[in-house]
Amino acid sequence: MSLDQPAETGKSSLVKFINSKNVVPYVLISPFLVSFLLLTVYPAVQGVIMSFQKVLPGQVTFVGLSNYNRIFNPTFLKALTNTSVYVVLTVIILTVLPMLFATILNSKIVRLKTLFRASLFMPALASTIVAGMVFRLMFGETDTAVANQLLNWFGIDSVDWRFNAWSGMFLMVVLCVWRWLGVNILYFLAALQNVPVELYEAAEVDGATIWQKFRHVTLPFLKPVTVFVVTISIINGFRVFEESFVFWEAGSPGNIGLTVVGYIYQQGIQQNDMGFGAAIGVILMLIIFVISFIQLMLTGAFKRGDQS
Amino acid sequence: MNKKAVSWVVTVGMGIISLIALFPILLLLLSSFRPSSELMRSGISLTFDWADLNLDNYLYIFSQADGYWTWYANSLLISALTIILSLFFSSMVGYALAVYDFKGRNLFFGFVVFILMVPFEILMLPLFQMMISAQLVDTYAGVILPLIVAPIAVFFFRQYALGLPKQLMDAARIDGATEYGIFFKIMLPLMTPSLGAMAILQGLGSWNNFLWPLIVLRSNDMFTLPIGLATLLTPYGNNYDVLIAGSVMTIIPIIILFIFFQRYFIEGLTVGGVKG
Repeated sequence: MSLDQPAETGKSSLVKFINSKNVVPYVLISPFLVSFLLLTVYPAVQGVIMSFQKVLPGQVTFVGLSNYNRIFNPTFLKALTNTSVYVVLTVIILTVLPMLFATILNSKIVRLKTLFRASLFMPALASTIVAGMVFRLMFGETDTAVANQLLNWFGIDSVDWRFNAWSGMFLMVVLCVWRWLGVNILYFLAALQNVPVELYEAAEVDGATIWQKFRHVTLPFLKPVTVFVVTISIINGFRVFEESFVFWEAGSPGNIGLTVVGYIYQQGIQQNDMGFGAAIGVILMLIIFVISFIQLMLTGAFKRGDQS
Repeated sequence: MNKKAVSWVVTVGMGIISLIALFPILLLLLSSFRPSSELMRSGISLTFDWADLNLDNYLYIFSQADGYWTWYANSLLISALTIILSLFFSSMVGYALAVYDFKGRNLFFGFVVFILMVPFEILMLPLFQMMISAQLVDTYAGVILPLIVAPIAVFFFRQYALGLPKQLMDAARIDGATEYGIFFKIMLPLMTPSLGAMAILQGLGSWNNFLWPLIVLRSNDMFTLPIGLATLLTPYGNNYDVLIAGSVMTIIPIIILFIFFQRYFIEGLTVGGVKG
């Protein structure tokens, strides 16, 4: 608009055009739309195309399904198994504990609620890398590291935390749970505000026990938020990478910490086999889509999960 | 009497759980005052000599660890640019979706919501390929560009803008304001709380982001804090002083911000449960 000086009338009609209610929304969405198409939609499509290609610098050839034929090898299955176990454990823990703690924090009997809520939330502020570093030093192999010190005090032998399959999984799950517990508590706390107080009072009049009140009054109101928390925990769980990287960097003994995303990183970036990496990504996306779809079916609508 | 006892037990129980949650952060703080050589040898330990605690790690990091502050500056710059660009782009979209009726609106919004479900991990290899072609590997732009597309923020801003008083718009139009003037001068200021929440979400996400910077950044002086700190995390590392004091310096500003802007943090981090 500020190039050379257009005729007065020409300028004002241009201004009028740009300012008309038919045009304004498109102007407002255009920067996002451009970046969205270029940096999200195009790569998403490209990712699928790439999974049928062999990608070498300056040379791309279509190889049909050959990437997919290679996927179901023992290493990938190991990664998928690890990831699935991780998902199941984190989903259960990150649903049950936050529900319990939120119910307690929401009740009249507990004091210092704000302080507890803030304390439980604080781990979410630490990056997985910093948190993982602390956990790695706490769960060191030596007898002098915190975790082994505690075990020894109870008369249990020290554990080589990062070198057993079960303890490796334990480390990843603990790290994830530690960081996300407080966030999930907030979801449940928000949902608990929707439970009408009169219902508790009515239940009390009827002589309901604490458990009965929870089971028959609270729990039905928590169903939508529970489905929501389970879904995001599943999706985020399948995306696990850093929780593994921080303990073993690029490789864990016997791949005890290998995850699906870790395998994408290993194959796509480190081995520079982008086509194969993309194929693993497509499988990951399918898994996540199917789960999102099931969630959609269960709840009726995506927005019914009280996010925002 | 009985009720009071229950209240005490539950409060103490929650207190212990809160302490367990804070325990690693407290241990990190405490350990940052321990000699780094000892930390490397014995890990974070419950038994140590209080007399050994000193400020050496901090003295070292403030006087000799230039590389660390380069990472810090990179992280600050990348986070700031990510916040500014992503908020600018997505607030306009969220607002447009909420207040204007235009052709393709529902289709566009549906598409944005659908893309919310596409995990970043499927995009990263094609994005990396694009960055190679555009020669943006190992640049700030390379890290920031994919982060400025924030469908979750669009979703949030739309939700918030739906609650804005539309009468103000009509009043401003009568006064001769342009549609853009209305947005930037009247409506955007009204959206401040949502901007705060999204600034926290985007800022913390970018500050703690790991996988994408790990892929796209190559040289040490371009690293962000998480990437830089991760390079120190080797069993043979002799930089545990930078690692431990540097980690504390990474978290402390966030905790201070959290104390002042708790509401925005809580709102920002509970939007859709996106992994940061």
